[in-house]
Amino acid sequence: MLDLLWLIPALPLAGFVIILLFGRLLGEPKAGYLATAMVAGSFVVAAGVFFDLLNNPEEERHHVQSLFSWMPVGSLKVDLAFLADPLSITMVLFVTGIGSLIHLYATGYMHGDPKFSKFFLYLNLFVFSMLMLVMGENLLVTFLGWEGVGTCSYFLISFWHTRESAATAGKKAFVTNRVGDWGVMMGMFLAFGAAGTLSYEGINHAAEEGIISGVTATAIALMLFIGACGKSAQLPLYIWLPDAMEGPTPVSALIHAATMVTAGVFLMTRVNPVIEVAYDWAPTLIAIVGVATALFAATIAVAQNDIKKVLAYSTVSQLGFMFLAVGSGAYVAAIFHMVTHAFFKALLFLGSGSVIHGMHHEQDMRKMGALRLLMPITALTFIVGWLAIAGVPPFAGFWSKDEILLYAFAKSPILYVVGMITALLTAYYMTRQVIMVFFGEARWHDQSDEHGAHGDFKPHESPATMWMPLVVLAGLSIVGGAMQLPFSKDLHFLEKWLHPVVEFGEADIKGTWAYDNKYVLLGIAIVVALSGIAASVLVHGKKKVAAIEPQVLADGWHYDSAISRFMGGPGRKSFDAVAWTDRVVVDGAVNGVGRVVRTTGSFVRRAQTGAVRNYAAGVGLGVVALLVWFFLRGVVL
Amino acid sequence: MVQYPSIDWLAISPLVILLGGTLLVLVVGALTKVWPRGLYAVSTAALSAAALVVEMVLWNRVGHEGPVSIINDALAIDRFTLFVWIGVTIATGLVSLSTADYLRREDLEGPETYTMYVCAAIGAMIMAASNDMVVLFLGLETLSIALYVLAASHRRRVDSQESGLKYFVLGGFASAFFLYGIALVYGAVGTTNIARAGQLLSQQVFVDGDDALLLAGVALLMVGLAFKVAAVPFHFWTPDVYQGAPTPSTSFMASVGKFAAFAAMLRVLTTALGARADDWRPVVWVLAVASVVVGSVLAVVQSDVKRMLAYSSIGHAGFILIGVEAAGHAGDQDGIPSSLLYLLLYSVLVIGTFTVVTLVTRSGDRASDIGSFRGLGKERPLLALAMTVFLLAQAGMPVTSGFIAKFSVIKAAADNESYAVAIIAMVASVVSAFLYLRIMISMWMSDAESGDEAREKVAVPWTAGVVVLASVVFTLVAGVFPGWLIDATRDALVVVR
Repeated sequence: MLDLLWLIPALPLAGFVIILLFGRLLGEPKAGYLATAMVAGSFVVAAGVFFDLLNNPEEERHHVQSLFSWMPVGSLKVDLAFLADPLSITMVLFVTGIGSLIHLYATGYMHGDPKFSKFFLYLNLFVFSMLMLVMGENLLVTFLGWEGVGTCSYFLISFWHTRESAATAGKKAFVTNRVGDWGVMMGMFLAFGAAGTLSYEGINHAAEEGIISGVTATAIALMLFIGACGKSAQLPLYIWLPDAMEGPTPVSALIHAATMVTAGVFLMTRVNPVIEVAYDWAPTLIAIVGVATALFAATIAVAQNDIKKVLAYSTVSQLGFMFLAVGSGAYVAAIFHMVTHAFFKALLFLGSGSVIHGMHHEQDMRKMGALRLLMPITALTFIVGWLAIAGVPPFAGFWSKDEILLYAFAKSPILYVVGMITALLTAYYMTRQVIMVFFGEARWHDQSDEHGAHGDFKPHESPATMWMPLVVLAGLSIVGGAMQLPFSKDLHFLEKWLHPVVEFGEADIKGTWAYDNKYVLLGIAIVVALSGIAASVLVHGKKKVAAIEPQVLADGWHYDSAISRFMGGPGRKSFDAVAWTDRVVVDGAVNGVGRVVRTTGSFVRRAQTGAVRNYAAGVGLGVVALLVWFFLRGVVL
Repeated sequence: MVQYPSIDWLAISPLVILLGGTLLVLVVGALTKVWPRGLYAVSTAALSAAALVVEMVLWNRVGHEGPVSIINDALAIDRFTLFVWIGVTIATGLVSLSTADYLRREDLEGPETYTMYVCAAIGAMIMAASNDMVVLFLGLETLSIALYVLAASHRRRVDSQESGLKYFVLGGFASAFFLYGIALVYGAVGTTNIARAGQLLSQQVFVDGDDALLLAGVALLMVGLAFKVAAVPFHFWTPDVYQGAPTPSTSFMASVGKFAAFAAMLRVLTTALGARADDWRPVVWVLAVASVVVGSVLAVVQSDVKRMLAYSSIGHAGFILIGVEAAGHAGDQDGIPSSLLYLLLYSVLVIGTFTVVTLVTRSGDRASDIGSFRGLGKERPLLALAMTVFLLAQAGMPVTSGFIAKFSVIKAAADNESYAVAIIAMVASVVSAFLYLRIMISMWMSDAESGDEAREKVAVPWTAGVVVLASVVFTLVAGVFPGWLIDATRDALVVVR
C-alpha cells in the first residue's frame, strides 16, 4: 500500500474537481455523498499504509514518495514529495477518519442549502490541502497545504457571506493568518539558509548533527512558532477563531476544532530537533504562551452564552495545552491530546450543530434547556464529550491532559499549577454548558413567536446522517485514551509508534519527582475535574441547594459575573478602544493616505499642466537625491 | 571611403521579420478596405510567431557557438538578449490578440495600433540587445515614442489624450537625463560601448574625486532607466498613464515596456558598471524598497482597478529591483536569472489580467472601477475564475507562477544576505494580497446592486479568450513545473563582455 501513498491526497482532489465540473448536475444529496466517499477512500488507503508501516521494523517506518522535482535549481532542490512516517500517518488517519464522519454529518446539516454542492467543493479542497500539509516531505509542500487550508477556511467561514458578520469574520481570519504565514516563510528561509535544504529530514538531521547553531535554531523555531500561533489560535493571534464560528457548524468541527487548528502543533512536532537545539528559553516561551492561552481562553469560556462560542474558546484553551506539551518537550503527549481532542471536540461541535439544527438555528444557551428529553441521542453523546473534555476517567481527554500535565510538572511546577487551574475551569464551564443546554427547565417555549414560521415550535432530534457520526465519535471519545495509558511501559502504544519521529526532541522525565509520583498527580487531576463539575452543578444546576453552601455559590457566581463584568466592562471598553484605534488610527491612516492621494489626484487633475509639473518636480527631486548620493560616494567617501 | 560593418543577417532577422511584416500590413491595410474581423491581430500574432521561431533557432546557435557581438559591436547576441526577445515577442503576440475585438468595440479598427505595438517591440528588442549606450538610447526612443502614441490612441477619450501627453512630456524629461548621463559616462570612460566600458572600468583605478564625472553619469543613467521601469520616486506618471491609456496599451506598457527597461538596466549596471556595483547597489536598494512599499500600500487604497494595477505594477517593479540589487553583489549567480524569470512570468500574468480588465471595462473603456467586477462570478464564471488565478498569482500564491517569481528574487536577496530587503518585500506582499482579495471579493461575493441589470453584458470574443486561456495555462504550468524556465534564465548569465 505504500506505493499508493499519492492516492491519499489525490482522492479528495478528484472529489473537488468532479464537484467543480459537475456540482450542479450532481445536486443535493449526491455531491455530498461523493465528497464523503472520497474522504472515506483516503481513510481506507491511509489505514493500509498504516499497517504496512506497522509491519516494518521501527527504523524503516519512513517512506518518501516523490512525484516530481518541483524546483530543481542549483543548490535548491525541492520535490513535490510525500512522506509517510508515524507522525504523518497518525495525522492522516485522524484527518481523513474524522473528516469523513463530518462530511457525512454535513450531508444532513446542509440539507436544503442553496449552495449545497459548493459547500462540499470547499470541504474536499480543504481535506486535500490539509493532507498536503501533513504529508509534505519538505517545508514548501507543507506551506502549500498551509496556505490552502487557510484559503479554504476563509471561504468556509464566510460561506454564508450575506451575513455581514460572516464576511467580516472571514476577513479577520485571513488577515490574522497572514501574520502567521509571514512567520512560516521567514522560518523557511532561515532553515534553508542554515541547512541548505527544505526537507524535514535534512533540516532535522542538520539540527541533530549540530550543523544548525543554537541561535539559528532559536530563530527558526520562533519564526515557525509565530506561524503556529496564527494557525493554531494562540496568544496574541487567537482572535480570529471565536469569530470563525460564523461558518457552518460542520466547518467549525472539521477545520476550527479537529484538524486545521492543530497544524501548528504538528509543525512544531515535525521540527522537534530544531526546538531541542534552540536556546532553552525558546521552548520555555512556547510553554508559557501555551499555558497562558489555555488559562486565558478558559476564563473567557466561562462567561459565554453562545453554544458555539463556549466551544470555540475551549478549543483555544485546549490548543494551549498542546503548546504547553510542545514547550515541555512532551511531543507524544501533544499528539496524543491532539487526537483525543479531535475526537471529543468534533463530537461536541457536531452535537452543538445538532442542537442548533433542532432548535432552528438558535445558538443562545439561555433559550435552551431540558433538551435531553427531546434529543436523547444528541444529549447522550454530548455528555460523553463533556466527560472527556472535563477530564473524567476513563474518558479519552483525561489520559492525554494528564500526560501533558505530568511533563509540565517536570519542567516547572508553576506551569503545572496554571494548567491545573485551567483544567478546573474547563470542567466548570463545560458542565455549565451541559446544564444550560440539556438540563434545567425548558426555556424555549416562549420563543415560539420568533419561530412563527415553523408553527408550534418544538426542538427535534436530528436525522440519522447527523447522529451516526455523533455515536462513532462518542465511542472514540470513550476508548481513545487506550492509545497511551500511563500504567505500564507496555501500554504506551502511541509513544512507541511515534518514537522514531520524536526521539531527539522528547524530554526525558525519568527520575523527576513528577515521574515517581505520577499516581499522585493522577489523583489530583481526578479531584480537580470532579470539583470543577461539582462546583458547576452547585452553581448552575441546583440553584436552591446552593443556599446551604452560600460560599461556594457566591464564589462561583462572583467569578462568573466578574468575568462577565470584565468582558462587559473594562474588557469591552478596552476592546472598544482597540476597535477605536483600529477604526480611527489604522483605518484613518489608510483612508488618510487614500484621501490624500485622491484629493491630490483630483486637485492635480483639474489643472493638467500643474500635474505634469508636479510629476516632473518629483522626478527632479529624485535626480537631485541620486546626484547627491553619488557625489558623496565619489568625493567624500 | 566609409567602412561598412559586416552584418549578421540571421542574428537580426527577428527584427527584420517584425519590421518588414508590420510595414507590409500597414501599407496593404491602408490601400484596402477594412479587413475581416480579427485579421490584423492574427497577422501580427503570426509575425510574432515567425520571429519567435527564428529566436528559438538563435537560442540554439548561441548555445553552440557562444555569444557574439555584431554590427561593429553595436548589438550583443547572447542568451540574455534572446530570453528578452522571446519574452517580448510572445507578449507582443498576446497583446495583439487581446486588442482585436477591443478596437472593433471602440470603433477604432485599423492596422495602426498593431504597427505601433511592433515598432515598440522592435525598440524594446534593440534596448535589450544593445551593446552600446547610443544604440540603447535609439531603442529607448523607438519604444517610448510608440508607447506615447499608443497611450493617446483612443481618439475619442479625453483621458487617453491626457495620458499620452503626460507620458510624452515626462518621458521626454527622463530621456534627456538619460542622454546626458551617456554623455557624462563617455566623458569619463572614453567609450559608449557597454562591454568595453566594463573592461576599462574594471582596470581603471580612480583616486579621490576624479570619478565624479562618471558617478554623475551613472546617476543620470539610472534616472532614465528608473523612470522607464516606474520605480519610486520616478513613478508619478504610471497611475495616470495606466488609467487613461486604452487598456490593451496599458497591458503592453506593463509587459513589454518593463521587460525592455529592466533588460537595459541589467545590462548597463552589471556589464558596463559591474566594477562600480558598490556605488549603484545602495541606490537600487532604496528604489526597490520604496517601490515595493509605495506600490503595495497605495494600491490598497485605490478604487479604480486600472489604477490599482498600476500601483501593483510599481510594487512588482520593486520586486524585480530586488533581483537587480542581488545582481550587484560580487560573484552573484541568482540576481540576473531571478529578475529575468520575474519579468517573463509577470508579463504573461499582467497581460492576462489586463485582458480580463479590457473585457470588463465594456464599451467606451470606462468602467474600470472595482464595482464593474461585481457579479462577474455569476455572469462569466470562467472569466472570473481566470481572473482569480491571475490575482492569486500576482499575490504570490504557491502553485502559480507568481510564487516562483517572488520566491526566486527573495531567495536571490537572501543568498546575498540582503535580509532586510527580503523581509520588507515579504511584508509588502502580505499587504498587497489584500488588494487582489478586494477584486476577488467583488467578483465572487458582492451582491448585485440596483442598476446592475442595466449594465452591458461582458462579452468574451475568441481572440481574448485564447489570450486568457494561454495565460492561465502558462501561469499554472510555470507554477508547478518551473524547472525548465529557471534553467533557461541561468543560461542568460553568459553575456557579451
